[in-house]
Amino acid sequence: MTTATGLSQLDLLEAEGVHVMREVAAEFERPALLFSGGKDSIVMLHLAQKAFWPARIPFPLVHVDTGHNFDEVLAFRDRRAGELGARLVVAKVQDDIDAGRVREVPGGLRNPLQTTTLLRAIEEGRYDAVFGGARRDEEKARAKERFFSFRDAFGQWDPKNQRPELWNLYNGRHAPGEHIRVFPLSNWTELDIWQYIARERIEVPSIYYAHEREVFERDGMLLGVTPHSLPRDGEDVSTRVVRYRTVGDASCTGAVASPARTPEEVVEEVSVTRLTERGATRADDRASEAAMEDRKKEGYF
Amino acid sequence: MAHDLLRFATAGSVDDGKSTLIGRLLYDSKSVFQDQLESVERTSSDRGDDYTNLALLTDGLRAEREQGITIDVAYRYFSTPVRSFIVADTPGHVQYTRNMVTGASTADLALVLVDARKGVIEQTRRHAALSGLLGVPHVVLAVNKMDLVEFDEAVYDAIVTDFADVARSVGLTDVAAIPMAALQGDNVVHRSDEMHWYDGPALLEHLEQVSVARDHGEARPARFPVQYVIRPMSTERPDYRGYAGTVASGTLRVGDEVVVLPSGRTTTVAGIDTADGELEQAVARQAVTVRLADELDVSRGDAICSAAEPPQVVSTLEATVCWMADAPLRAGARVLVKHTTRTVKAMVTGLHDRLDVTTLEREPVDALGLNDLGRVSLRTAAPLAVDAYADDRTTGAFLVVDEVTGATLGAGMVSRA
Repeated sequence: MTTATGLSQLDLLEAEGVHVMREVAAEFERPALLFSGGKDSIVMLHLAQKAFWPARIPFPLVHVDTGHNFDEVLAFRDRRAGELGARLVVAKVQDDIDAGRVREVPGGLRNPLQTTTLLRAIEEGRYDAVFGGARRDEEKARAKERFFSFRDAFGQWDPKNQRPELWNLYNGRHAPGEHIRVFPLSNWTELDIWQYIARERIEVPSIYYAHEREVFERDGMLLGVTPHSLPRDGEDVSTRVVRYRTVGDASCTGAVASPARTPEEVVEEVSVTRLTERGATRADDRASEAAMEDRKKEGYF
Repeated sequence: MAHDLLRFATAGSVDDGKSTLIGRLLYDSKSVFQDQLESVERTSSDRGDDYTNLALLTDGLRAEREQGITIDVAYRYFSTPVRSFIVADTPGHVQYTRNMVTGASTADLALVLVDARKGVIEQTRRHAALSGLLGVPHVVLAVNKMDLVEFDEAVYDAIVTDFADVARSVGLTDVAAIPMAALQGDNVVHRSDEMHWYDGPALLEHLEQVSVARDHGEARPARFPVQYVIRPMSTERPDYRGYAGTVASGTLRVGDEVVVLPSGRTTTVAGIDTADGELEQAVARQAVTVRLADELDVSRGDAICSAAEPPQVVSTLEATVCWMADAPLRAGARVLVKHTTRTVKAMVTGLHDRLDVTTLEREPVDALGLNDLGRVSLRTAAPLAVDAYADDRTTGAFLVVDEVTGATLGAGMVSRA
């Protein structure tokens, strides 16, 4: 039996996320959920399943595909959408490159290009609310983000002019062409995510767990050898036991040396780690002190 | 007992060392990561600071780092083996009231910082008043910079006595005082070696121990605002109809007699569903789906409530409003009121007075400006099921929204229905 003192931090975070998703489903015309196959979006999808059970999730899933993917993650994405009977919309960065809307820097990262594709997907789908799995603990600009993040017609975030958010009342009013980004996992930490994955027995792509992989070192990160990330001269390739803490663009996401093979072992590892997940594994966030803030202002999620 | 969650808001000015205190809490509880610390150390030395400026851990925006100020409420997270913490770090200067009201609205506890050299000042009174008004159940008075008054017990005692008077006048019931030197970490996570006259807990110990289980109204009559109607229309469940929502207060049990408001029809709770199975009861803050015994017309914006002790259903009410918009509020204004899951048109029929949060005196005014607090009367275009905010922080709260721009203009707390 559930008692007042029995609500754990995970129960409360889950209830908060479910509450936010139901608000959006009730108040918006065309919501969509950004689903990359990464652990945060998997947890978000799990909450959506709970929020509307026994009915189906009442909105489509959208994946902004950089083309620099981990095969395991794409396979997982397609299988999961199929199991849920959800509609999956894939918006490809490659299409925007081919159409000349963005230009790829040779050997460069594709993450910055995602914004154009995301905004195009939102426009084409006429989505008025878009769920993202971002967490405030990930990065310092995100620490200032609201649950309901208002975006103008250009998808831009204005950190100095945000709506105050009080109690559990979320104001989603907006004009046509504007939209709201919604972050149901705002209050979760990386540790909460893994504790929840362990508690709920949620499946995540295999690369989150320890496996052998050919890697090379660059900028203090371990990058896997893939068509999108090849070693340069002087970068030695070796086979190591690694796992991924985040899965983004394969060309800029690093692995960490880790023996953790189960959710419980990952919880153990995350609770004693001394590096943030983005600091350890994401080249895109290392560009400057305010790299994330600048990208968010331009419409990144 | 489960590993639970405490939300607290910090209040203090730039110079009270608030960001330093939070930085210290995060750092000493080992919630700061190596790369974050290195980044702060780099920035500190670039700026020419003499010591690692832990305030930089919480001030994340470019403008904040450049100007050395905190612009907006920032949320920080840390946990210990017994509890997880969410910190709403509210800046102390510009937009102060708006930010503190926002942070306090969801807080179980408010941490009020005082500089031991200055004692209880105008701003301290303001922090106490806002904590009282927002119904924050617990307050910690952190008397900081004790090192700068030679760790003198008499200085500390005088401040605690002064604050007790303020606390009484604004209705704070649970206040704990702790002497600290956040820069060095005295009494933040570890007990101080400098103040043997103080035998209470360090701040973190206190935060871990304070009991919040009773604060969310589990013992109050049940309130369940309906968010969304779930109708799968599937072959397995062709007739399923459930009302999804979060229990606002009280406990909802299967078999309870309930009233659906504003219609006033009564029925009983037939079942409480979750994706993980049926429940016998659901308590405040749980998100569930309720099935009713009778087929009634129930939709978003309705409230399923204890039939024995229902809230009041009103179209006129009196409330204290915190105004958060540049354009002033005047009597006669037409606005939207967002209350639980219901949004209705409303008219401000009267503007009674403005509360000076420093002197706690009320004065008659004809407009409320940005960051003002005042009492208003409202008439709504459709009825609302409300409780007084002092009794219920969910069914007594509402947002004031601009009908045209959609902006959030203010926050309201029902004083009398």
